[in-house]
Amino acid sequence: MAAQSRSPRRGSPTLGEERVPQVTFVESLRMTLREEMERDPSLMLIGEDIGRYGSIFGVTKGLLEEFGSHRVRSTPISESAIIGSALGAAMTGIRTVAEIMYVDFTTCAMDQIVNQVAKMRYMSGGKAKIPLVIRTQGGGGRGNAAQHSQSLEALFLHIPGLKIVIPSTPYDARGLLKTAIRDDNPVMFIEHKLLYATKGSVPDGEYLIPFGQADIKRKGRDVTIAAISYMVVKALKAAERLAGEGIEAEVIDLRTLVPLDDEAILQSIRKTNRAVIVHEGCRRGGIGAEIAAHIQEEAFDYLDAPVERVGALNVPIPYSEPLEKAVIPDEEDITKAVKKVLYRN
Amino acid sequence: MALSLDKEFCLRMYKQMLTIRMFEEKAIELFEHNLIRGNVHPCIGQEAVSVGVCSSLRRDDYMLNTHRGHGNCIAKGADLKLMMAELLGKATGYCKGKGGSMHIADFEGGNLGANGIVGGGIPIAVGAGISIQNRGTDQVVACFFGDGATNQGTFHESLNLAALWKLPVVFVCENNLYALSTPVREAISASRISDRAIAYGMPGISLNGNDVIEVYTKTKEAVQRARAGEGPTLLDCITYRFFGHFTGDPGRGITYRPKEEMDEWLNRCPIKQLKERLVQEKIMTEETGKEIEANVKTSIEEGVQFAKESPFPSADEAVQDVFFEMM
Repeated sequence: MAAQSRSPRRGSPTLGEERVPQVTFVESLRMTLREEMERDPSLMLIGEDIGRYGSIFGVTKGLLEEFGSHRVRSTPISESAIIGSALGAAMTGIRTVAEIMYVDFTTCAMDQIVNQVAKMRYMSGGKAKIPLVIRTQGGGGRGNAAQHSQSLEALFLHIPGLKIVIPSTPYDARGLLKTAIRDDNPVMFIEHKLLYATKGSVPDGEYLIPFGQADIKRKGRDVTIAAISYMVVKALKAAERLAGEGIEAEVIDLRTLVPLDDEAILQSIRKTNRAVIVHEGCRRGGIGAEIAAHIQEEAFDYLDAPVERVGALNVPIPYSEPLEKAVIPDEEDITKAVKKVLYRN
Repeated sequence: MALSLDKEFCLRMYKQMLTIRMFEEKAIELFEHNLIRGNVHPCIGQEAVSVGVCSSLRRDDYMLNTHRGHGNCIAKGADLKLMMAELLGKATGYCKGKGGSMHIADFEGGNLGANGIVGGGIPIAVGAGISIQNRGTDQVVACFFGDGATNQGTFHESLNLAALWKLPVVFVCENNLYALSTPVREAISASRISDRAIAYGMPGISLNGNDVIEVYTKTKEAVQRARAGEGPTLLDCITYRFFGHFTGDPGRGITYRPKEEMDEWLNRCPIKQLKERLVQEKIMTEETGKEIEANVKTSIEEGVQFAKESPFPSADEAVQDVFFEMM
């Protein structure tokens, strides 16, 4: 996946032909956190089980031992206090990365995220500076059922004052996390549990990926597929399959939702005249609805078919494997949507 | 008990309490004249808590405030002109007119902002405490909240965390006996709010919130503990708001508070009590009292005039300040 995604990347440093190390998504995040903590001696991590235990997916393993308990603060199960105290620390000069173990648990801290973190700068007339990243992970596919499998990015998309980053590769995760940490604004950094073990090329040298730059993960002329997070992986598989049938899909990884790279989507559609948006969150009120609206506002005359949205069914994520598979979109759903906008069977 | 405190200090506290009282009276008046939008939540009657607590703080100490927060703002050293301009929604206000009565923040004066969500500021205070601990300074945080907030989850999460990590936070409950219309006795299972501190292994003290000297003395002890790295304290300052919950409350809250109770608390007015004491102990003459009152009146009038003469923000300002612009 990484190899095919590298060459057409926009806005990324050239990697040249030399071999770059293959690391997992988790290792990429850990390496980035460590480097940023070395770079900024005040940078603090705060969250549940991020100390000795190294966090539930191992992202912070070893950091407590390296940086001590003031900078790696393992908390009780108190999501509101985690976010609120991360905000208070960030507002008073401590750049902070808070971890919420599952995106599903952000709902326990929703007042702090929605009413405090997102609004503090605006309410104070631009006085508050909030260098805060909220790292969390979501998504289904592992039988974690309804309260540990959601994709809630659309909730945050609706709240002015939050930037949203949602990477799909170890390479992007590293470049985007660096940008997120150095940003003086609140950033929701949403990972996907099925991506953690995926491997990709991640160079040792420093690189930052600016927000608001989508990445074309596969070039194509027939249809534009805009996807996020783990759905990028599925979209690339679908594109592979479609290529066998003579359909060349362009797969755009949006990477950040706020800011959103409208221009990358529109540019692709002006070429392909057809668009499919793919996300794992519920289809109703999902990010696809927002992006489809942008497309019809800005590129109506270029469209040869109505924009298709692929998202989860409007139900909680069920436990049993066949049920979960029925709810979460897969390659088959993406393929069908592509054929629909191409009027093919 | 004779006052062992410095005379000038006492007079300054008196003046601040009077400033809060008269500022609030003016704010209510301006609200009634439709110059202030939304609502005002007056803290009239609670001035001793604001002043007693903030008099024990330094300018570089932090303060987290509530929706009933004008008094705490003033006591922490806010400029009346900028406050009044904010209430009138003017471009010159503390938050350029974007926050209003419930969100005044003055970072330079250590005021990290007031909160319209009950209990919303408590974890933020904990974070400021973490920041102090990590930066290794001897600042402290005073975190104000009402009795109602002690039933929110944030209160419990925050007190636990602050005690666990021995953070320099003084939790100040402005216990005015009502959460909007709900009396404390119908809302809190513990007999005293200070008892809740026991569960978190920190000292909890209930005190007379209408006696500024008592509030000051007890807060000072808590601040000293915090500065010395000995951790947080919960202060339960029992007081009363003379007005209702807000300017929309009929009859100053008479629909849910017995008249006898309201009258009894009026008699325990913190400003009246302090004035009598200062006169009795010859710290203040009737004459000085009048002088102070005249000064306060002038400064508030100046604030109102500044606010009225200030321009409203231009409409394009509405889309500014959502994000800090990264270079």
